[in-house]
Amino acid sequence: MLEDHAKVIAVLKEAGEVIGRKKLQKIIYICKKLQFPFNEKYQFHFYGPYSEELTLRVEELCNLGLVTEVKESKGGYYQYKYTVTEEGNEFLGHYDFQLPELRQCINEINSQSSRFLELVSTILFFDRLTKEEVIEKVRTIKRKQNYSDDEIDQAYAFMKKLGC
Amino acid sequence: MLERLNEEKVFKDPVHRYIHVRYRLIWDLIGTKEFQRLRRVRQLGTTYLTFHGAEHSRFSHSLGVYEIVRRINEIFSQYEGWDEENELLSMCAALLHDVGHGPFSHSFEKVFNLDHEDFTRMVILGDTEINEVLRRVSDDFPLQVADVIAKTHNNKLVVSLISSQIDADRMDYLLRDAYFTGVSYGQFDIERILRVMRPGDDQIVIKQSGMHAVEDYIMSRYQMYWQIYFHPVTRSAEVILSKILHRAKQLFEQGYHFQHDPIHFYSLFKEDIRLEDFLKLDDSVVMFYFQIWQEENDQILSDLCERFMNRRLFKYIEFNPMQQMNAWRELYESFHEAGIDPDYYLVVDSSSDLPYDFYRPGEEEERLPIHLLKPGGDLRELSRESDVVEAISGKKRTDHKLYFPADFILEGNTDATRRIKSLLQID
Repeated sequence: MLEDHAKVIAVLKEAGEVIGRKKLQKIIYICKKLQFPFNEKYQFHFYGPYSEELTLRVEELCNLGLVTEVKESKGGYYQYKYTVTEEGNEFLGHYDFQLPELRQCINEINSQSSRFLELVSTILFFDRLTKEEVIEKVRTIKRKQNYSDDEIDQAYAFMKKLGC
Repeated sequence: MLERLNEEKVFKDPVHRYIHVRYRLIWDLIGTKEFQRLRRVRQLGTTYLTFHGAEHSRFSHSLGVYEIVRRINEIFSQYEGWDEENELLSMCAALLHDVGHGPFSHSFEKVFNLDHEDFTRMVILGDTEINEVLRRVSDDFPLQVADVIAKTHNNKLVVSLISSQIDADRMDYLLRDAYFTGVSYGQFDIERILRVMRPGDDQIVIKQSGMHAVEDYIMSRYQMYWQIYFHPVTRSAEVILSKILHRAKQLFEQGYHFQHDPIHFYSLFKEDIRLEDFLKLDDSVVMFYFQIWQEENDQILSDLCERFMNRRLFKYIEFNPMQQMNAWRELYESFHEAGIDPDYYLVVDSSSDLPYDFYRPGEEEERLPIHLLKPGGDLRELSRESDVVEAISGKKRTDHKLYFPADFILEGNTDATRRIKSLLQID
């Protein structure tokens, strides 16, 4: 029961805290592409891969008191911070997840900016294409983000480090 | 560029009155066998078991989305930069956006690890009649259409007609589903919305004066979700359907001998489904198997099929996973003890199991919101202008229910069934 919910809690627990909805979306997507067993369905949206299912799941976790969502004002915009509650830790105790490799990956991914993770997850979304085609795709559909050659190189290096 | 038919063809339609077809290309796409297959796939899956009118097909919905986009094109053609290429691309994408949907696609996708978007792409790019028709425009036209549907095309404005927070897909299915289910709360003034739409840089924007029409549309989305799409009885049917598919797959993996070879399911069971196998599936094929599986020797499979076919659905209670975690464990063990396999007969269903696009203001670049175009040319996110939308988008309603076969439990008279009755508070 609610194993998929528990997996999201496990990620947040390993991360300590995740700042930003977009970042949380991209962390789970990248973990999924690394073949970790997440079942949330993703579609491509304006800001890269996005899962409505994950958004709803996180809302459910917040409503159940297993995860806290803190809305922080950053001047012109708001940012959301997610952490696991004591009840969430207790809830996780009912499940027997052994995800040792996940811990390191999550910390690596969580330490990156949302903008960078949008680039990485977009590249991963087009993994059926050649590298040249992917870069062309990033340049056209992410024109406004204006990713530099350096950032694209860093994204590939990051993916290699993660084992993508 | 576009060959026109000698005279315009029309389809009578209960939602839009008429669907107008002027181009040979559209007419020929509708005539392909892959598009005709959509006549045999219900738009709302198991909802017909709750709302008996909900027998409409993905065929009629696809025509409806095409018609809305055709009308948007009539309006947009007045604007500079909106050319015949955009018109053609958006109309084809609108018509074909659901062509990869299979029968009862939500459950099938979950159980067999499929994605209808992959099949849509395969139908458009593969060796199909649809691909042949699209290639008449140009060799890369099928890829362009597939990219628009996948939301990965570089023309984001065209993408937004088919897929955004206010798009032709949602506008048609809300009106169509409300019409066929017979409910009155899915209505909104589509004529008004189409009149206040304007082409923006990356997406459609709405003139400020049309805000109240959009409020109705957002309210319609909200109500249709809770009243129709997430109706607890429909969810019960969906739970049983999923369990039938799980059981059949498990039996296949165990080498079970089916009385009739389920040949249409073989590639699904192996999770290695080819396009040609996929295109042979429709609601009728699935219902045929459910019909004959009622007589299978496996009691779980036959019972679940009998429940689905004869609408003997699971009952449900509200379930709070936090407060009832211990009760869940006790229930699970008691079901085992009572000889009722809890893996098939005790199910927690959550709102996130059927994700639906609530309106989201798109904070933190989660997704693009609806933008209102102010008289001076500035853009404002909808919920910042509308109290009604702000109230709905701020309300995070979630839901968990526990489904079980009350008849099995009520018939039993053992310690285990008595314990179950007490835990579920049924008698």
